[in-house]
Amino acid sequence: MKRSLLPLLALATLLAATLTADKLWAGDLADLKAAGKIRIAIFGDKPPFGYVDEYGVPQGYDVFLARRIGKDLLGSDEKIEYVLVEAASRIEVLLANKADLVLANFTVTEERAQQVDFAKPYMKVALGVTSPKTAPITKVEQLKGKTLIVTKGTTADFYFTKNHPEIKLLKFDQNTEAFNALVDGRGAGLAHDNTFLFAWVKYDDRFVTGIDFLGSEDTIAPAIKKDRPELLAWLNEEIVKLTKDKFFEEAYKSTLAPAFGPAVDPKTVLIENLN
Amino acid sequence: MLDSALKVFTMGRNLARLLEGLGITLQISLTAVGLSLLLGVPMGLLMASRKPVFPALLRLYLEFIRVMPILVLLFLFYYSLSKFWNINLSAMSVSILVFTLWGAGEMSDLVRGAVTSVSRHQWESGRALGLSEVEVSLFIIIPQAIRRLLPGVINLTTRMVKTTPFVFFINLPDLVKVGQQIVEVAGMRNPLASVWVYGFIFLIYFLICYPISLFSRYLERRWQN
Repeated sequence: MKRSLLPLLALATLLAATLTADKLWAGDLADLKAAGKIRIAIFGDKPPFGYVDEYGVPQGYDVFLARRIGKDLLGSDEKIEYVLVEAASRIEVLLANKADLVLANFTVTEERAQQVDFAKPYMKVALGVTSPKTAPITKVEQLKGKTLIVTKGTTADFYFTKNHPEIKLLKFDQNTEAFNALVDGRGAGLAHDNTFLFAWVKYDDRFVTGIDFLGSEDTIAPAIKKDRPELLAWLNEEIVKLTKDKFFEEAYKSTLAPAFGPAVDPKTVLIENLN
Repeated sequence: MLDSALKVFTMGRNLARLLEGLGITLQISLTAVGLSLLLGVPMGLLMASRKPVFPALLRLYLEFIRVMPILVLLFLFYYSLSKFWNINLSAMSVSILVFTLWGAGEMSDLVRGAVTSVSRHQWESGRALGLSEVEVSLFIIIPQAIRRLLPGVINLTTRMVKTTPFVFFINLPDLVKVGQQIVEVAGMRNPLASVWVYGFIFLIYFLICYPISLFSRYLERRWQN
């Protein structure tokens, strides 16, 4: 292998690198402005937060904010390059320099904050548990010895792994699979951010979010790679300004309200005062 | 009900998007299969050679590629290369690279098997007639080996085509991923959408893989005579 393959491999790698590699940059505010483009990581299949509509255009609450950031930072939302990520790769895309900013419903946690920097939050969230109406789960104790479905790498996954080892977890890579597993009856319930559950249950009346507030209330914020002080400062300023201008209420009305229905109070997800 | 479920394909650009996803699937699998053949044949010939060094090293490479899950290789080349060595490859380059590394390894073993199954006497007779090693390989061994190689190559090709959906883990929207995006959006109001979209994807994979099998059966029959 050494003699025959390594040169070939090196050549292929070099070729591919020169052809397709992004120019390496520090990725701070000045670099983004100089490049005139920003790569924003969003979800591609998680309505109403980040998804691709039937015209192939990214949409959702996170994307609503992404467009605004594109406009305020670079003058146009057409300068955004979207990177569609899975939940488990949101940190990796930043560390590996595949995206400059993650706006993929990313809950702020201590563990994550050691690896990436979070700006000020633009939404809040708690955990919930959805179960069939015929066998509703309204207390965590009911889950003891039963199987709970979660999506890998999500807050629900961490919360139950850490605090409730007595509950068997069935983990999936994607929300679609997790939801399908619940429909197929492969678990007693499904735990996820309550916001996802509200939207999902609205379209499937066989299920109910019996537990709609669990764990601590968490916030959702933009994330960037560490050591980008100017970009972080700019994002913080931007979020404060947008909150003051009631931008997020507007975002809620046009993206989340249609999906949650009138039963959900906007105050459960919007942040009114940033300190 | 059937009618409304079928609307999932006519909504917006959904059909075009699925075909774009198919384009990515084909681009990866066709390029990787082509490169695998190109690299795998000489590697297999070296593996079949009686010199001690090459077969051992190639064997090592093959075992490494075989036990390594494709997903790990994809992550390694997409994320780790960039994180630790600052080599930032695009998702498409990584996909083609990883599938070629895998395909070439497997292909070399198929070639080795086919070549060594040709009787040793053929070699010696060829050499005795004064042909060089290269000439014996080219004119005597390879033509006979190709026939035995065919079923394995077809099998590997279809396996590679069917493994491409892994690329969505490195953020590349292939046919299956686009299907999933469509199902997520349409599926809320239209629960049957998933059946139609995944059914369509099944049909597409069948339409890619079945003609390959047919072609191989045709070749096998032709070469028998």
